[in-house]
Amino acid sequence: MKQWFRTGKPWVWLTAGAVSVSLVAVIGLVLMIGWRGLSFFWPTAIHQMTIETTTGETRTLIGEVYDSEEVPIDRVRQSGVEVDASEGELITRYLMKIGNREYVPLDFTWVVEPTIIDDQTPTDMAIIERTKDGNFYGRIVAIEQQGERIANHQERDFRDVLFERVERAVELHEQGLDLQEDEIGRINYQLSELGLEERRLKLEGQLTEQALAELDAERERLQADYQQLEKQLFAIRDKASRHTLIVEDFRGEEVAIPLYRVLDVNFPNDMHLLAKIGHFFQQIGKFVSEPPREANTEGGVFPAIFGTVFMVLLMSVIVTPFGVVAAIYLHEYAGKNPVTKLIRIAVINLAGVPSIVYGVFGLGFFVYMVGGSIDQVFYPEALPNPTFGTPGVLWSAITLAILTLPVVIVSTEEGLARIPSTLREGSLALGATKWETIWRIIVPMASPAIMTGLILAVARAAGEVAPLMLVGVVKSAPMLPVDGNFPYFHLDRKFMHLGFHIYDVGFQSPNVEASRPLVYATSFLLITVIVGLNLTAIGVRNHLREKYRALEQ
Amino acid sequence: MESQTEQQLKANQTRLIKDRLARVGVTTGGVLVLVALLLIFFYLLYVVQPIFESASVKPIHSFEIKANDQTLALGMEEQAEIGYRFGASGQGEFFALQDNKFADRNTGDIIEQRMLVPEGQITSFARSLPVNQQFVYGLDNGEAIIVQPKFTVTFPETARTQGTRQVERLIVPRFETLNDERPLQVDQQGRALEQLAYATDGEGMLMAAVTGADTLLITKFAAEQNFLTGETSLTPKYEQRTLNAAIRDIAVTPDLNKVFALINNRIVVYAVSMSGTVSESQVITLNGRQFGQAQSLHLMPGAATVLVTHESGIISQWFEVPTDEGRTFKYIRQFDAGGPIIDLEVEDYRRTFYAVTNDGKLNVFHTTSEADLYHEALPNLDTQMITIDPRANHLLAEAGNELTLFKLNNEHPEVTWSGLWQQVWYEGYPEPSYTWQSTSGSDDFEPKFSLVPISFGTIKAALYAMLFAVPIGLAAAVYTAYFMSPSVRKVVKPTVEIMEALPTVILGFLAGLWLAPIIEAYLPGVLAVIILTPLSIIGFAALWQILPSHIRTTLGEGRASLILVPLVLFVGWLSFSMSPWVEALLFDGNVRGYLTNELGVTFDQRNSLVVGIAMGFAVIPTIFSIAEDAVFSVPKHLSNGSLALGATPWQTLTKVVLLTASPGIFSAVMMGLGRAVGETMIVLMATGNTPIMDWNIFEGMRTLSANIAVEMPESEVGSSHYRILFLAAFVLFIFTFFFNTIAEFVRQRLRDKYSSM
Repeated sequence: MKQWFRTGKPWVWLTAGAVSVSLVAVIGLVLMIGWRGLSFFWPTAIHQMTIETTTGETRTLIGEVYDSEEVPIDRVRQSGVEVDASEGELITRYLMKIGNREYVPLDFTWVVEPTIIDDQTPTDMAIIERTKDGNFYGRIVAIEQQGERIANHQERDFRDVLFERVERAVELHEQGLDLQEDEIGRINYQLSELGLEERRLKLEGQLTEQALAELDAERERLQADYQQLEKQLFAIRDKASRHTLIVEDFRGEEVAIPLYRVLDVNFPNDMHLLAKIGHFFQQIGKFVSEPPREANTEGGVFPAIFGTVFMVLLMSVIVTPFGVVAAIYLHEYAGKNPVTKLIRIAVINLAGVPSIVYGVFGLGFFVYMVGGSIDQVFYPEALPNPTFGTPGVLWSAITLAILTLPVVIVSTEEGLARIPSTLREGSLALGATKWETIWRIIVPMASPAIMTGLILAVARAAGEVAPLMLVGVVKSAPMLPVDGNFPYFHLDRKFMHLGFHIYDVGFQSPNVEASRPLVYATSFLLITVIVGLNLTAIGVRNHLREKYRALEQ
Repeated sequence: MESQTEQQLKANQTRLIKDRLARVGVTTGGVLVLVALLLIFFYLLYVVQPIFESASVKPIHSFEIKANDQTLALGMEEQAEIGYRFGASGQGEFFALQDNKFADRNTGDIIEQRMLVPEGQITSFARSLPVNQQFVYGLDNGEAIIVQPKFTVTFPETARTQGTRQVERLIVPRFETLNDERPLQVDQQGRALEQLAYATDGEGMLMAAVTGADTLLITKFAAEQNFLTGETSLTPKYEQRTLNAAIRDIAVTPDLNKVFALINNRIVVYAVSMSGTVSESQVITLNGRQFGQAQSLHLMPGAATVLVTHESGIISQWFEVPTDEGRTFKYIRQFDAGGPIIDLEVEDYRRTFYAVTNDGKLNVFHTTSEADLYHEALPNLDTQMITIDPRANHLLAEAGNELTLFKLNNEHPEVTWSGLWQQVWYEGYPEPSYTWQSTSGSDDFEPKFSLVPISFGTIKAALYAMLFAVPIGLAAAVYTAYFMSPSVRKVVKPTVEIMEALPTVILGFLAGLWLAPIIEAYLPGVLAVIILTPLSIIGFAALWQILPSHIRTTLGEGRASLILVPLVLFVGWLSFSMSPWVEALLFDGNVRGYLTNELGVTFDQRNSLVVGIAMGFAVIPTIFSIAEDAVFSVPKHLSNGSLALGATPWQTLTKVVLLTASPGIFSAVMMGLGRAVGETMIVLMATGNTPIMDWNIFEGMRTLSANIAVEMPESEVGSSHYRILFLAAFVLFIFTFFFNTIAEFVRQRLRDKYSSM
C-alpha cells in the first residue's frame, strides 16, 4: 500500500477527480437550469384536493402541485398541523399554487400529505390566464353576454364557443393595446416634443406670436386626433367588456370573470401528449414575444430580450473597429518597444478590471460628465430633466464596449498570428504597400477570427449585469429604445436586460415563490444564448486552426 | 509612355500617402487602448481627490455696520444674501451681505432694524442650536423673550420681453417674537437671569438660567395643542438647584432632556424628564487631563456631543457611551486651537466646528474624522465673533464695526485617510470601531465611512472562493494537461471554458435561491461531500489497481476523469440522502441549533460557504485555463527525459513539470484572485451584504464591489458618499491592476524561458 502511494497513482486519480467534479458541476448546472426552465412551459395537471383541516372540517383546493419536499414530522407539528405519524418519520408536503388571488390571502399554500382525503384531476378543470391577479383555477360553467347566458358547459360545442370567444377577446385586447401604445403613444410623444420645442424657442428668444400660434394649432390637431382615438379605444373596450365567464371556483361558488381580462384558457387535464407538446411550444413562443405583467412576475420577457439584443448590437458597432485596429497595430505595426509593452499590459488589465469599476467609470464619466455636457449644449430646453445626462442604452453600450475590447483584441491578434508570414511576404514582394497587404490579404483572412472575437464579446456583454445596473438598466422600461417615432432610435432611453431581469425578479420581486420558475426560464434563455454563442466561437476558431494548418503545409 | 509613368508615379504617391495615413490611424487606434486604461485611472482619481482636500477660507469683501452697541450674535440666511445681528441694547438688524441690484440693496445696507427688547432690562442672551435659529434675551425680571429671524423668498417677475421672462429671487427678512410677542416667565421669583441657555425641539422648550452666581434655574415648557382652536399653549415646570460654586457656563440639549452646568473644572449633568422634573445624573470631572481651566460648553448637532473649550486652547469632546453603569459621558478626543478661544461655532448638519482664538486665528475641525482642516489667521486679527451660513458655504466675521464675508470651501470634512482605515470612536458607540454606515433617515446622523469592514469582506469572500477554487482548478489543470488522453482533452477543455462564460448573475441567483437553502437544510451532507469525495476517489483508485490489466488498458487511465463521473455523482447523492440521518443522530436533528447553542457560531442562510462555492465555481475556469496552458506548454523533452531516467509520471510531474510551470501556475492563481476580488453579482445575491468583520464561514459579508452596486444608485452626485464609492472602485482597480500586472509579467518571463529551451 505504502509502495502504491509512493508511485503517486492515488494523487493522479485525485487530480482526475477534480476534473470530474468540474465536469459534473458545469454539466449538472446547465442541465438543472434547462430542466427547471423548460418544465415551466410544460402543462401541469390541475388537482382537485379534498383536505381535512385541523378542526376536522374538510375543504377543497384546486391548483397545480408546484413543489414537494420531505420534512421531519416535528417541523410539521410545530407549524400547528396534527398528523398521525410516529416520531422521527419524514412526511411529504406539497406546495400548491392555487391562484385566484382576489379570493385567497396567498396564492400558494402548503399541503401535508396525510391530510389529503381525496385527490383528483378532473378533465373539465380550466386554468385561466388573466391580465390582472394572475391565474384562475376552476370549472367554467357558462359564458354570459350582458347578463344572459349564451353558452352552457353541458352543451356539446361549449369548448368551441369558449375558445372562439376567448380568441376574440384576446384580439380585442390586443387591438386596444396597440391603439394605446402605438397611436396614442405617438400623440403623447409628439405633444411632449411640442412642449420642448416651445421651451427651446423661448430660450433662444424666438418664441414669436406666430410660432406660438403654430404650436398651438399643432397641439389642437393632436388633441383632436387623440379624441378620435380615445373614442375608438372606448368602442373596443365596450365591445370587449360584453362577455363574462362564469367559473365555479374551489369554494364551489360561481364567480364572474370579465372576458376582456382573459388571455388564455386551457384544460391541461384534458390534453393528450401531442396537445401538451403543442401547448409547450406555444408557451415558449409567448414567453419570448410578450411583455411582462404584474411587476415582472408574469408574462414574457420580450422587452428584456429586445433591450439586450439592441444594446449588444450597439456595442458591437463600437467595439469591433477599435478592437480590430488595436489588434492590427499590436501584431503588424508595433515594434518591440516599451510603448508596445505598456499597451499589452493595458489590454491585460482592461480584461482584468472588475466589471463594476467600468460601471462606476461609465456612470461618472459618460453619464454625468459627457452626458451632462451634451444636455447643456444640445438639449437645454429639457433641463433640468436630463436627456443624455442620465443612464441610458448608449452609455451602457459604450461602457460594455470598453469592457469587451480586450476580448476582441486578443482573439483578433490570435487570428493574425496564425496567418503564415509567407502570405505577407508574397504580397509585399509583388509590390503592395503594407496597408494594402493588410487590407486586402490579412484582414479578409483574419475575418473569422474577428468574428470569433466579436461573438465572444457579445456573449460576455449579454451576461454582464453589474456595470449595467449603474449605467442604464431598469426593472421595467415603459418604452423600447426603438419605436415608430422620429428619430426611431432613442439612444437616451433606459432599457431592460435579461441578466438584470433575473436579478430583479429573483431578488426584488414581491412574490419570489411565484416568480422563481420564471427566473429559471429566463436563466435558461440567457444560458442558451451565451453557451450557443460560445460554442459557435469555439467552432469557428477550431475550423480556422485547421484551415491555416493546411495552408502552412 | 512618359505620361504613363507619370500616372503610375502619381498613383504610387497616393498609395504611399494612404499607407502612411493607415499607419498613423492604426497606431492611434492601438494607443487608444492605453488611453482608455489611463482615462479610467485618472478619472477615478479625479473624482476621489477632492475628499482629501482641506478647507479653504477666502475673503469676499468687508463692510461696516453702524451700530453703537456690542454684538451678541450674528447670523446669515441660507443664500448668504442677508445677515443679521443681535445687539446688547436689544436692537436687531438685517443687513445686505451682497449687492443686489434688483432689490436695490448695497452691501452693508441695513434692511430692517427693530427694537426687540426694551433697553436697560437685558441681563443675558442665549441661542438655540443653529438648526432652529432662535435667539433669547434674558431680562432682569426673570423673563425671557424669544426672537426668530424669518425669511420669505418670492420670485417676482421683473420684465417680460417678448418670449423671455426674467425671474429674480427676492428675500424679505423680518424678526418674529415667539409666544405671540409675550415674554416667557423663566424664574417664578422674578430674579434677574444672569446667564441663559435655551433649546427647543420645535414645540416644547427647555431653558436653563443662572441667577445669583450659583443658583441654577431649569424651566421646561411643555407644548400642548388645543384640539378645537389648534393653538399651542406652553405649560412651564420650574425647578431650582443651588450649586456650591460659581457657574461658568450652561448648556441645554435640543431633545430637552439634559442640562449641563460648568463649575470649576466639573460639569454637572442634570436629566430632565418629560414632565420637567430634574435629577442630577452625572458629574464629569475635567481635572484628570491637563487642559487648564474649562471655559465654555458647546453642543454639536444631534446633541450627543459636548465640546468643552479650555484656557490652553484645547477643545475636548465628550459624549455618552454605554457602560456597565448605564450611559455615561466620557472623554473622546481633543483638538488644539493653539490659544485661548473667544468664539466657537458649530455647523447646522455636519460635525464641523470653527474656533477663533484671541490672536485672530481661525481653526476648523471635524469631530468624527478628527480632521484638522484649517489653521490660519484671519485678515483682521481682532476678530471677535464669527458665524456660518446654514449651508456652510460662507463665513461672516466681526472685528469691531467691520464685518468680513468669506467664501468657505469645506466640501468633505468627514473624510480623512485615517478615518477611512483606522478605528474611529463614533457617537454613542462603546468604543472605537471600524464601521460602515453611510446613510440614515435623520438629518443629524453621523455618517460612518470606514472602508475596513468592506475591504475585509472582499478579502474574506475572495479567500473562501480561492480555498475552493485553487485545489480543484489546479488539480484539474494538471490532469488535463499532463495525463488526459488528447481525445478527451478536446472535449473537456471547451466544456470547462464554457463554465467561464456562464453569466455570474445566474450563478448568483442559483447560489442565493437554490444553493443557500440546500446548504442550510443539508449542512452535514455538504460537509460529507467535501470529505467523502477525495476519500472515495482514492478508494476507487485502489480498487482499480486490483482490476485485471487488460480492462485497465482498454478503459485507459487517460479517461480516469470520465470514469470517475458516476462515482462523484454517487458520493454526492449518498451524502445528501444520508444528511437527515446524520443530523438526527449527531446533532439532535438540528444542526443550526447545535451550531448556535453549543458552539456559539452564528449561522446566516446566505453565508461565506455559499459564496465560496459559487464564486469558486466562477473562478475555477480562470485558474484552470491559464494553469493548463502553462503545464501543457512545458517542453516535452523535459518530461520525456525525466521519464527515460526512470522517474514515475507523478515524480516527473511534481519534480520537473510543475517546477517549470510554477510561474504560470502562480499567474493563474493571481488572475483567479483578481477575478474573485472584483466579482459583484455573486456576492450581491448570495450574501446578506452586512458589513461585519468576522472570519466565521457561516456568516455573510459585504464586499467593495457589492457595496458599490448597492449604494451607488442612491448616492448624491458629488457628495462625500459618492466620492468614497469612487474610492472603493479605485481601490478595486488598483488591487486588480497590481495582481494582473504581476501575473502578466510572470507569464511573459515564462514564455521567453520556454522559447529559449
